[in-house]
This record gives sequence, C-alpha cells and structure tokens, in this order.
Amino acid sequence: MQETYNYKVVRQFSIMTVVWGIVGMLVGVIIASQLAWPGLNFDVPWLTFSRLRPLHTNAVIFAFGGSALFATSYYIVQRTCHAKLFAPRLAAFTFWGWQLVIVLAAVTLPLGYSTAKEYAELEWPIDILITLVWVSYAIVFFGTIVKRKVKHIYVANWFLGSFILTVAVLHLGNSAALPVSLLGMKSYSAYAGVQDAMVQWWYGHNAVGFLLTAGFLGMMYYFMPKAAGRPVYSYRLSVVHFWALAFTYIWAGPHHLIYTALPDWTQSLGMIMSLILLAPSWGGMINGIMTLSGAWDKLRTDPILKFLVVAISFYGMSTFEGPMMAIKTVNALSHYTDWTIGHVHAGALGWVAMITIGSMYFLIPRLFGKTEMYSTRLIEIHFWVSALGVVLYIAAMWISGVMQGLMWRATNSDGTLTYSFIESVAAMHPFYVTRTIGGLVFLSGMFLMAYNVWKTVTADDASPVDAIIPEPAY
Amino acid sequence: MDTIEFHSYWTLVLLVLFIAIIIWAWSSKRKKEFDELANLPLDEEKFANQVDEKTSEGKDDA
Repeated sequence: MQETYNYKVVRQFSIMTVVWGIVGMLVGVIIASQLAWPGLNFDVPWLTFSRLRPLHTNAVIFAFGGSALFATSYYIVQRTCHAKLFAPRLAAFTFWGWQLVIVLAAVTLPLGYSTAKEYAELEWPIDILITLVWVSYAIVFFGTIVKRKVKHIYVANWFLGSFILTVAVLHLGNSAALPVSLLGMKSYSAYAGVQDAMVQWWYGHNAVGFLLTAGFLGMMYYFMPKAAGRPVYSYRLSVVHFWALAFTYIWAGPHHLIYTALPDWTQSLGMIMSLILLAPSWGGMINGIMTLSGAWDKLRTDPILKFLVVAISFYGMSTFEGPMMAIKTVNALSHYTDWTIGHVHAGALGWVAMITIGSMYFLIPRLFGKTEMYSTRLIEIHFWVSALGVVLYIAAMWISGVMQGLMWRATNSDGTLTYSFIESVAAMHPFYVTRTIGGLVFLSGMFLMAYNVWKTVTADDASPVDAIIPEPAY
Repeated sequence: MDTIEFHSYWTLVLLVLFIAIIIWAWSSKRKKEFDELANLPLDEEKFANQVDEKTSEGKDDA
C-alpha cells in the first residue's frame, strides 16, 4: 500500500477558511454600517463598535487568515517535502484548538473582555491556549521539514517557517501580562507607558509583516507557480526576498508611533527602515507577477490566476503606500485618519483575501479528488465582484482620510481651527456609506464562493481523497 | 561593553551577514541549481527520483 499525504486537517482548515471569511467580513459590514448609521448598535453594549471592532479584526486576521495559513502551510510543506505530516494527532489538536480560540474570542470580545492591545485583545487564559496551539503547530510544521525526503527546503517553506517562528516570539513578548486574579479574566501588561506602546507595535507591525505578509508570500510562492504551470520567475530573487524581509521588517514598528512620546531617533529609525522595506517588497511582487511572463494569455481564461495576479499587484500597491505613510511629514497628515483604514484594507482585502481566495479555488477541488471547482464562471464573477468591492472601499477611505487630515489641520489667519471635529465627522458620512457598500459587495462574493465550494465538495464524484506521495522509480 | 555598544556591533554583524547572503544567492555558481530547484513544486516525479540516490539505504526495509 502506497503512503498518502495527510489532507484531512488541510480539508478542515480550508472549509473553515470560507466559513470564517464570511463571519469576519459580515462583522466588518455591520461595524461599517454602525459608523454610517450609529443607531445600528441599538444601545446594546454587546453590539457597540468598540466591542465588535476587535471581533472583526480578530475574525478576519486570525480566523480567516489563520485558517488559510494552517491549511496551505500543511499542504505545501507535505507536497514540497514529499513527506506525510509529522505528529498527525498534534495537527488535529491545532485544528480543534484554533477553532476553540476563535469561539472564545467571539464570546469574550462582545462581553467586553479586552487587553486594549490592537490585534492582541484576547485576555490571558486565551493567550495561553494560543501558545499551546502555536507550539504544536511549530512541532508539526518543522517536524515535517525534518522528515522530508527532498534534500532542498523549497522557498515557500522558508516563508511559512519564519511566519510560525516570528508569530510565536511576538505573541509571547507582547502578551506578557500579570493577571489580577487566577479566576478572573483581567490582566495588566508587563510593560508600562511608552515601552508598552513600543512593544505593542513591535508586535503589531510584525504581525502584519510575518503573519499577513510572509505567511501569504509562502502561499504565493507555491500556488502562483502551480496555477501558472511555470516555475517562479527567479528563484535566487526569492531567496534574497526572504532574507531581506527577515532582516528589515522587525525594525518598522515605530512608524505606528510617529509624533508620540517615543524617542525621536526611534521614530526616525522606524521611518527609514519602513522606506527600505520597499525594495524587498517590490522584488517579491515582481517575482510573483513575472512568474506569468510568457503565459499572460492564461489570465484571460483562468479566473484563479486573475485572483493571484491582482492580489500580488495589491501587495505591491500597499507595500508602496505603507513606506510613503511612514514618512513623518506624510504621517502628520495620514495618522488617525481613514487613510490608514484604506491602506489596511488594500492589504487585507486586496492582498490577503484575494491570494487566499485564489489559492483556495486551486486547493479545495484537489482535496476532494477533483481537478477543478464546480463552476469556473462563478469564480470569474467572484473575481469581478471582489475587485469592485475593494476599489469602492479603498477609494472611499482615501478621499475621506485625506479630507479628514486636511480639515483637522486647517487654521484661520488668527490661528484658530477652521473646522470643529464634528464638522469633519459630518463630512465623512457619504464615504462611510460608500465604504459599507464596498464591504457588502466584497462579502457577497464570499457567499458565491461558499456556494461554489459546497457544490464542489458535495458533487457525486467528489470524495475526500489523500494524494499518494511520489515514490522513487526503481 | 555596554548594551548600546553590543547592539551596535551586532547590527553590523547582521548587515555583513545579509550582504554575504546576497552575494551567495547571486553568484553564478548557484544559478543552475536554483533554476532546477524552482521546479520543485511542479516536477514532483523528478525530485522523488533524486531522493533515491541520497537515502537509498533507508529504503531497503520498505
């Protein structure tokens, strides 16, 4: 009997990627509606923006993005190492443990339990569970690398491995806290004042750099060549891309704290390292897109490639916008405005969601013994719906953000402020409505995906199939 | 050596290491090998056969 890969846990995480994508984006649409029409919180504490906003960010980053990364990393590491997943029970634990973390987040955040650290709001008992799941994840992933039957470790695994390792260090560092009591949820951070802020954004920006960037680049370096049927444009560029990101990302955090109590030299360092980051980011983008060189015609017929290529383009766009926004004088205008929200969503919807959606459309049929999704036409429609949703969203936030920044800084000749704060809020209203529509359009695409996935996995000729590990020919 | 001095040297060490990695990755000697490795996700049979030469002792039990 030939040995097969372990696809079970990949299947579980893949399906949950679609489910959590819908849930997380739905909460996003709800809070976007609340900003446009504040009455929509119905004066119920559990439904207020302050409690649902962290639920939205946690759901899309860790539930949707996290499940996608678990699914694809378990798939990629097996396929490129020609080895079955190490410690299958531990792998099963990472699935159920991660789902439990998500459910606990969905319960505790609306109840108001929060550390008030952005993207690390979950309180200490859940943080401990996250640590257990993450250590298990590292054991499964690196264990599979160790038992590999191919000598070389393919570049996607380097990106995925660095994502797993860095997130472990970031989580342990930033979540260090002292609980008030062993039976209560409340805890206080181990750091105080501006040090706490710096640790928070060392965590926050590297969560962007390693979870939302390196992890998804791992996805890109595997699924882009697979979908295009061509090797990556330049393998040595991918090696340099990896090390350049690894050496520079970790320094960029202070750009979240420009014009704060953080020492000025630290702010300048953060700004300069953020500008340097442009080089590896664009190297990676070019590498991804040029993989299709000589086969551009495939873009016309294959909507999966459309998703992947547009995702990589958004990666290039947001990694250009980010360094620009880190420049102190630009930051003076953009910080605390909706421009930041637009930037984040260019990355989150344009890059992270689209590379995930494209990869899932490639992956899911293969996990169920099929070569393609139930309907290619629906993927095509999903692509255009997503593209329209992202553009509506980010265009609205750019205009709104720049307008906000300009209104806040406008002064009369006698030095008084030209606009009251509420005037800037009132001016944002049409853009908040447009953003809600953009989000709703993007979410509707996810329902198309759910239907397409459902029809694919429940088709008569579909069944959970674990592919055979290629054996040397004797 | 105080902390600041240590970190200054450490940063330099990392910079040199990084430049060394770029030179290593970009040397013409690597080119052929890298071009082959880029096919790892695509040509699975070929890489399965390469395995044979390297770990053939372990395979006899199977």
